[in-house]
Amino acid sequence: MTFQTVWFLLIAVLWIGYFVLEGFDFGVGMLLPTVSKNEADRRAVLTTLGPVWDGNEVWLLVAGGATFAAFPEWYATLFSGFYLPLFLILVALIVRGVAFEYRSKYGKAQWRQRWDIAIVISSALPALLWGVAFANIVRGVPLEKASSGSIEYVGGFFNLLNPYALLGGVVTLSVFYTHGAVFLALKTAGTIRERANSIALKAGLVAAVAAVAFLVWTNLMLAEVNSTVLILSVTVALLWVAGLAMNLKGREGWAFIFSAGTIATFVSTLFFALYPRVMPSSLGSQFDLTITNASSTDYTLKVMTVVAVVMTPLVLLYQGWTYWVFRKRVSASQIVNPERGILDELSHTLHL
Amino acid sequence: MPHVFSTCGAEHARRIGIELVEQLRNGESDLMNSLDLARWQFAITTVYHFIFVPITIGLGFMVAGLQTAWYRNGNLKYLRATKFFGKLFLINFAIGVVTGIVQEFQFGMNWSSYSRFVGDIFGAPLAMEGLLAFFLESTFLGLWIFGWDRLPKKLHLASIWLASFGTLLSAYFILAANAWMQHPVGYILNETKGRAELTNIVKVLTQNTALATFTHTIAFAAFTSAAFMAGISALLIVRRKDIEMSRVTLKLGLIVTIISFVGVGVTGDINARIMTEQQPMKMAAAEALYSTTDSAPFSLLTVGSLDGSRSVFQIGLPSMLSFMSTGDFNGVVEGVNDLQAQYETQYGPGDYTPNIPLAYWSFRLMIGFGALGLLFALIALWQMRKGGLPSGRWFKPAMLSLPFLPLLANSFGWIFTETARQPWAVFGLIRTSDGVSQVVSAGAVLFTMIVFTILYGALAVIEFGLIRRVIHLGPLDEVDYADPQLGGSDSKQLVASY
Repeated sequence: MTFQTVWFLLIAVLWIGYFVLEGFDFGVGMLLPTVSKNEADRRAVLTTLGPVWDGNEVWLLVAGGATFAAFPEWYATLFSGFYLPLFLILVALIVRGVAFEYRSKYGKAQWRQRWDIAIVISSALPALLWGVAFANIVRGVPLEKASSGSIEYVGGFFNLLNPYALLGGVVTLSVFYTHGAVFLALKTAGTIRERANSIALKAGLVAAVAAVAFLVWTNLMLAEVNSTVLILSVTVALLWVAGLAMNLKGREGWAFIFSAGTIATFVSTLFFALYPRVMPSSLGSQFDLTITNASSTDYTLKVMTVVAVVMTPLVLLYQGWTYWVFRKRVSASQIVNPERGILDELSHTLHL
Repeated sequence: MPHVFSTCGAEHARRIGIELVEQLRNGESDLMNSLDLARWQFAITTVYHFIFVPITIGLGFMVAGLQTAWYRNGNLKYLRATKFFGKLFLINFAIGVVTGIVQEFQFGMNWSSYSRFVGDIFGAPLAMEGLLAFFLESTFLGLWIFGWDRLPKKLHLASIWLASFGTLLSAYFILAANAWMQHPVGYILNETKGRAELTNIVKVLTQNTALATFTHTIAFAAFTSAAFMAGISALLIVRRKDIEMSRVTLKLGLIVTIISFVGVGVTGDINARIMTEQQPMKMAAAEALYSTTDSAPFSLLTVGSLDGSRSVFQIGLPSMLSFMSTGDFNGVVEGVNDLQAQYETQYGPGDYTPNIPLAYWSFRLMIGFGALGLLFALIALWQMRKGGLPSGRWFKPAMLSLPFLPLLANSFGWIFTETARQPWAVFGLIRTSDGVSQVVSAGAVLFTMIVFTILYGALAVIEFGLIRRVIHLGPLDEVDYADPQLGGSDSKQLVASY
């Protein structure tokens, strides 16, 4: 296996980590008003994300950094080409992070309502746009050799809004929404848990329809039958159905494992559909960006492989441990004085 | 003084004029616009991001120190201090994190030609930063915030130390990447691929430019966060809030401010020498030194001629610049005009002179704001020498400004470092104008710049309001901070929640 292939796989792993983890963050954010009846519920819902959301988002930063280091041409063409969607994602991630951190600091109802709206929108937007972006990458976008010799994106913003890509967006949106509900069902107690469980089933059925349609389309779109992609696509569907079945039986831990597995397999499907290309061109395969023509030197890849091999297990270990530390379910009754924030006057008995 | 500004103005107008003529001649006016806009966007987002970074790096360690004091002697004033400054730390950290994502994406979005050219080298420290530093700081900070009642005391304390260590690692990798732009090492140029390629990662990570920049930035981060702590503690004292705690944190803040400024000075001196050797044009610009001189004076005020090519009036400290940049009072310091001529021979025709008034003034403002912060800290600490509290009419305004002075010094320091390297993005290898994205229109850059600026402005207002609020409330009573039930309690109520 060449170093290029190793890094293609590692970047796929990073995106899997990102979508599995921040996928449920997005879902929980979107579900915030739906699963909560009162302020204590909302605080409990947000507390399930509190200790982990930032660490989950780091997977994106590492995926971006790794792409820059291992496939600079891919990083450059993709980020400058998908300019506006990435910009919208950035704005959403900025608003979202600040909203999580600041929302409950004050007790004022208006302050909290505004941040709640911000959380819903800034969770839904990236959940949709990541699907649109990845579907476009798989479908192929107009790439051409520029006068400088590099392969550049020559389409506009509206090129990215084709039906296949939009369907991809609906898939990630609905899958993350369901994944969030499954996560909440696992991590909360009482009425939030009940609501999350029933939402997971309904949303899961919608997501199933969208995902199956998208995967069929993906397989038909490929120039020839790719058996790996086909097998992975079927696996996605089976895992999802298994997850919904577990949800129905009230086995929340298994439901989460299956929905995480579905997302991981779904991302793998897209990466296998691409390989060995990283960004196919719709204007002819001579303009494709591949793991060969987009990559860094073997020396750089070797250095980065050493770092990744040493660090990734360590990161998985301590991040996994965090989930273990905060494994207990959160219930609304555990939230002390939910209406108050630590920056309100006389906020006695409240803590950091 | 007015003359100085009008000179700068005329010089600036002249440059804009030349640029416009060049744009028209090359028919590249759209591209040139997107270049200027991308530069402005980088400047705005980076300077803004770096308001939060040094406070985060320094304050993390100071909070960890306070918690360690509480862990060791159980005195509740240290717990109150940990919680109080912990709150400020987290409010600040939130914006630092979210604005950091923009920094990483921006290279690909606005500077894709630069990214193609340097990716083989520049991407590695960025990826390492994510893998080694970002995971560490985010995960252990989460454990610290929510772990008060979940983790054994010792492990909880270790979390804040590990998170702080993560911020330090992050600074190291990104500064190694920046140092490579100032002074590229460990690479070869691949002509066929038109890019720089890495040959020695150890050189990139351990070259003297990287180590000097790192230590200087960290010393400045300590200075910034200590001044932040001292200023806020002083406000608490003025408002008579928790004097017992505020006295401790004021003194701690002032002492660290003073000690770290010594570190800033020493590392700054090392940086100046390295800079003189590696980027002589930058030093010449910082001093508005037009002709090569031995026993060069350190300029206190220079007034340039209208065309900006020579100085007409100077007040300076004799031989000081020679000493600063070479370590010898009689050392030779190269001037702008001589370097320009030398670079034209070396790199071909072109303008290799950075914006001299900007370099000159930002260099002085960096030192000036830092020194003013030091002065305030020294006076306040002097007044505390016999167990008293600082007082006098000067105290409140001085302490109110104390947190801002290092921030201004930081910003001008980076404005100097980055603009005085121009026209280069990577010194001697790639010009900034060759680094901008070819496929992104000026309109797109303008649009994103406006939105980022408005969003960042709004966040600054919100953050400032929250910090004022924290100060207004002050540390809570001792009862409120009674030793939380640490060590994996099964109590029903959560100590920390969102």
